[in-house]
Amino acid sequence: MAEETNTSAAANGPAETPRSETARGEGPRGAPRGPRPTGPGGREGGRKYFRRKKVCKFCIEKIESINYKDVRLLAQFVAESGKIVPRRLTGVCTPHQRRLSTAIKQARNIALLPFAGRA
Amino acid sequence: MNRTYELMFIVRPDMAEEDLDKLISTLDGQVTTSGGTVKSVERMGKRRLAYTVRRFSDGMYILLTVEGSGPLVRELERRLRVTEPVIKFLTVRVDEEQKRLDKVKQIREARRRATPAPATPETGGEPAATAPA
Repeated sequence: MAEETNTSAAANGPAETPRSETARGEGPRGAPRGPRPTGPGGREGGRKYFRRKKVCKFCIEKIESINYKDVRLLAQFVAESGKIVPRRLTGVCTPHQRRLSTAIKQARNIALLPFAGRA
Repeated sequence: MNRTYELMFIVRPDMAEEDLDKLISTLDGQVTTSGGTVKSVERMGKRRLAYTVRRFSDGMYILLTVEGSGPLVRELERRLRVTEPVIKFLTVRVDEEQKRLDKVKQIREARRRATPAPATPETGGEPAATAPA
């Protein structure tokens, strides 16, 4: 909303552009994780970093079976310490993460994956 | 009620090949006498364990796919537990998951058939896209 008023202000009066620019700078700072990646992010050049939208690997590659025997797949979602990497870091969707965690725990049981990191 | 189970177990790495054959055949016999069927036996070979089990750092993995009932699995697990060279085992029921996978596959197949017009240009476009690359 704030951006919209800014752009309209910029369109109306070119003399006020410096003020509107500062206001526009404040917009993303107020909401750094706003769910509007296409909004001001595309226009603004001076952005420090760009957070890519994470997507579920299993949905994208259409991997349906998450099996405890597939160590190579499971190892991508296990940290060096042996912990299961949380969804918010990997971007895996909830149903897949649920199955993934089951598979990882089964794999741990049969000594395919470690419970804790390499001692 | 027949269900499909995967029995994965690890035997100690220094177990002789004949002993392993004997163990597998006794398990096989147990399955058939209990009214089940062994669908497949897969020897996954020697692998490094992720952590030490009974002071072993590697072991031979064997995967048995068995169709049968719950009491059969209980008997097999009991046998594995008392068998000295078996250091670890895991039983996983797989038929429900398989059913789900089949269902998903079917849905996908149906969807592909229902929309042949957009599907064919896509499949035609993909090789063309990969050819220059």
